[in-house]
Amino acid sequence: MAYLSEGSDWNFELLADYDAAIADLAHNKFGLDTYPNQIEVISSEQMMDAYSSVGMPVGYNHWSFGKQFVEVEGRYRRGQMGLAYEIVINSDPCIAYLMEENSITMQALVIAHACYGHNSFFKGNYLFQTWTDASSIIDYLVFARNYIAECEQRHGVTAVEETLDSCHALMNYGVDRYKRPSPISIVEERKRQREREDILQKQVSELWRTFPELQPAIKTREAPSTFPAEPQENLLYFLEKNAPLLQPWQREIIRIVRKMAQYFYPQRQTKVMNEGWACLWHYTLINSLYDEGKVTDGFMLEFLQSHSQVIYQPPFDASFYSGMNPYAIGFNMFQDIRRICENPDDEDREWFPEIAGSDWLETVKFAMQSFKDESFIQQFLSPKMIRQFKLFQISDDDRKDYVEVGAIHNEQGYRRVRESLAEQYNLSIQEPNIQIVSANIHGDRALTLRHQRSDGRPLDDHSTNEVLRHLHRLWQFDVHLESVENGSVVSRYSMPPSPEPITVM
Amino acid sequence: MSYIIDRRLNDKHKSTVNRQRFLRRYRKHIREAVNDAVNRRSIKDMEQGERISIPQKDLSEPVFHHGQGGQRSIVHPGNKEFNQGDRFKRPEGGGGQGSGDGDASDSGEGQDEFAFQIDKQEFLNFLFEDLELPNLVKRHLEGAQVFKTRHGGIVSQGMPAKINIVRSMRQASMRRRALTAATRKRIRDLKNEREALLKEDQSPQRQARLQELDEQIQKLERRVDRIPYLDTLDLRFNHHIKEPVPVSRAVMFCIMDVSGSMNQNMKDLAKRFFLLLYLFLQRNYDQIEVVFIRHHTSAKEVTEEEFFYSRETGGTIVSSALKLTRDIINERYPVDQWNIYAAQASDGDNWNDDSPACAKLIEEELLPKLQYFSYVEVMPRAHQALWDQYETIMARHPAAFSMAQIDEPGEIYPVFRQLFKKRMES
Repeated sequence: MAYLSEGSDWNFELLADYDAAIADLAHNKFGLDTYPNQIEVISSEQMMDAYSSVGMPVGYNHWSFGKQFVEVEGRYRRGQMGLAYEIVINSDPCIAYLMEENSITMQALVIAHACYGHNSFFKGNYLFQTWTDASSIIDYLVFARNYIAECEQRHGVTAVEETLDSCHALMNYGVDRYKRPSPISIVEERKRQREREDILQKQVSELWRTFPELQPAIKTREAPSTFPAEPQENLLYFLEKNAPLLQPWQREIIRIVRKMAQYFYPQRQTKVMNEGWACLWHYTLINSLYDEGKVTDGFMLEFLQSHSQVIYQPPFDASFYSGMNPYAIGFNMFQDIRRICENPDDEDREWFPEIAGSDWLETVKFAMQSFKDESFIQQFLSPKMIRQFKLFQISDDDRKDYVEVGAIHNEQGYRRVRESLAEQYNLSIQEPNIQIVSANIHGDRALTLRHQRSDGRPLDDHSTNEVLRHLHRLWQFDVHLESVENGSVVSRYSMPPSPEPITVM
Repeated sequence: MSYIIDRRLNDKHKSTVNRQRFLRRYRKHIREAVNDAVNRRSIKDMEQGERISIPQKDLSEPVFHHGQGGQRSIVHPGNKEFNQGDRFKRPEGGGGQGSGDGDASDSGEGQDEFAFQIDKQEFLNFLFEDLELPNLVKRHLEGAQVFKTRHGGIVSQGMPAKINIVRSMRQASMRRRALTAATRKRIRDLKNEREALLKEDQSPQRQARLQELDEQIQKLERRVDRIPYLDTLDLRFNHHIKEPVPVSRAVMFCIMDVSGSMNQNMKDLAKRFFLLLYLFLQRNYDQIEVVFIRHHTSAKEVTEEEFFYSRETGGTIVSSALKLTRDIINERYPVDQWNIYAAQASDGDNWNDDSPACAKLIEEELLPKLQYFSYVEVMPRAHQALWDQYETIMARHPAAFSMAQIDEPGEIYPVFRQLFKKRMES
């Protein structure tokens, strides 16, 4: 078999050849299910543009993207950072950007990594299947961009910017964690948007309020004792539907930000798995190419060098240590699952009786499809992995003046390390649990939120006040936040800040 | 199935709008940085971009996150010597990533400043934001150097390259018709007669007449054919007119006192002020000329180099410089063709009996010709007679005359801004 190429330059024919060879392996040998690929070759400037619009090909205009852009540009120009080799978008067809500066080896790596690894993850993982609609995202982005541009024309850049700022501050609290949306088309989306606007306009019309008897359909109902009846975790959704004084266009902007948050939510929950899966496949696919004699030794050396850089995990005491490298744990865990399937030892049989010795391809696919980072680690982090990474767990309790090593890579520590690492990827533990508990619709319209403290972890005062300021901008009446621990309020934040309570003797 | 697309030629400035939004939002910070830069920079590199730093906290996009404290559990890789139950002091900095997101900078290098670069154009935009040149009345004047050609209709003389074919052919067609009209009418008449004769019965007279008619028709047709299809007088040419383009141009007079009392430090202050004015004029006019006049007891027009660096001593007679300015204007810069600006820097020293003369010169001879006259006094000292005289001028001509005092480099830019602040005029 002849080599696909020699030398390090690439051209479009070569890209197509490599893509075809990799696609053949991915689909026919390993049975990966992918969206069609749209591979776009771009320059480094364009890559910087892509960086600063969260990788999306179109996006609405906002200063925060500009800030990101000047930051990336500055650091790149000063040589402080390299640009990523690729960016891939969860869309159908799956769009992947390749940088023109890459050598052919890097292009092949990136094609395998993004176009077959990430792509099959986007298509297969249950979170993406449930929460995102790959076929309509680009249309929705175009709609959002145009809608916001139109709002800027009608209401001024500043007004739109303020609304967007506030929405961005609450973006992480704009996702439904349990309810499942049904996908709708762009035509439907536009129609609904118009309907929403009409209805909202009717609701705020003073006439309708003044003569309720003209509308026999409206019956006076017994007001519920509290509103909302149950605590609401999706703050943006609640504001969109219930904030009293917002303009229809502001509600639509909240909705757009909410949709974006929802779209990115699965990615935030599957960093380790997504990258691990993509690394597993670039490693497996390129090695298969090598086994078939299609790439040269030089190609493999360059590939392995890049690969090992990507999956390097610095130890905690290295000067450049910045937490766990998701590529490293992800890749090694998937490789480890393969090992457990193919060459299990006694320990594996004890820890993973149901997968030890099973078909590795089936097992990694099952793992990819049915888990998110937290449950994936909880389920598959093996003692061997813990030993390999020499993981240890630190307990830090602010009531004690020391920190304690809670567990290390030994028989007594495995489960504790695994649990703790899994929790580290649990967004609902990492993000403060804040919900809306009441909106005083009969009185002063004050909105009350509750922060449920876990493990005594307080909110950061400064940022909490800042976010409340944004919340207040959208709600436009008093906003209170209570931080609750064991059923009693530990601290209170209010916007506008309430004067110190007067103690009556 | 994969599609490979080359996007490298697509627009690569997708982020431009976002970048501008960012600059707009942090205008205040950037303005401050520009301010500092003006005072720090040397003259030579005034016209460059600038690195802007903004405190990270002002840029933050807040989100709810956990603060310090509480019980937390963190897993790290690379254990070497720890054993379960080991205890040690809490490391400085709180021990790792507390917040779920937010860039807790673990690198220890701490990014409390957000720095980026603005280019020369942006720098000048911020530098001169909200400033305007007063009295731009003569802004567009007839210039004598730049011309543009304009279509000037159709003419009958010209060079072959400019022949207007359609018009020439139309002309030829008209000429042919006009010249042959009578002949063709005769041909028509003869032909009619011939038709009529042909319908009659044969006769010798008829045959003779027919013969005659045929000859005449042929003769006339030959005459028509002899009219040229295209003649030189048919030719029409496109005409182009050269028109002078109005150019906005200005001349700036820099007047500086170089008497013994002005030290290098003061000159430097003056120089910075002149430079700012120059950059500012440059943004408003296509063409700028600068005239340097320095004076002690007598005034002299000099080169830039000489103006700023050579040193003289002696007394001070300000009116000498003003007179020279007036003469140069009269000689070289006709008021109807030039926007004229003058900036004077001095330590305020003047021979006392000269000051009234200065005021009179400015008010009566210079101000009617100038767009604007600004005076800066580079001296941290009590004002002297000149200042008092000038103050009376300012009171009478607030739109065309301004004055200010500068003590140290840091004041130059604020003073400059104040002098050229956009006025709320009716």
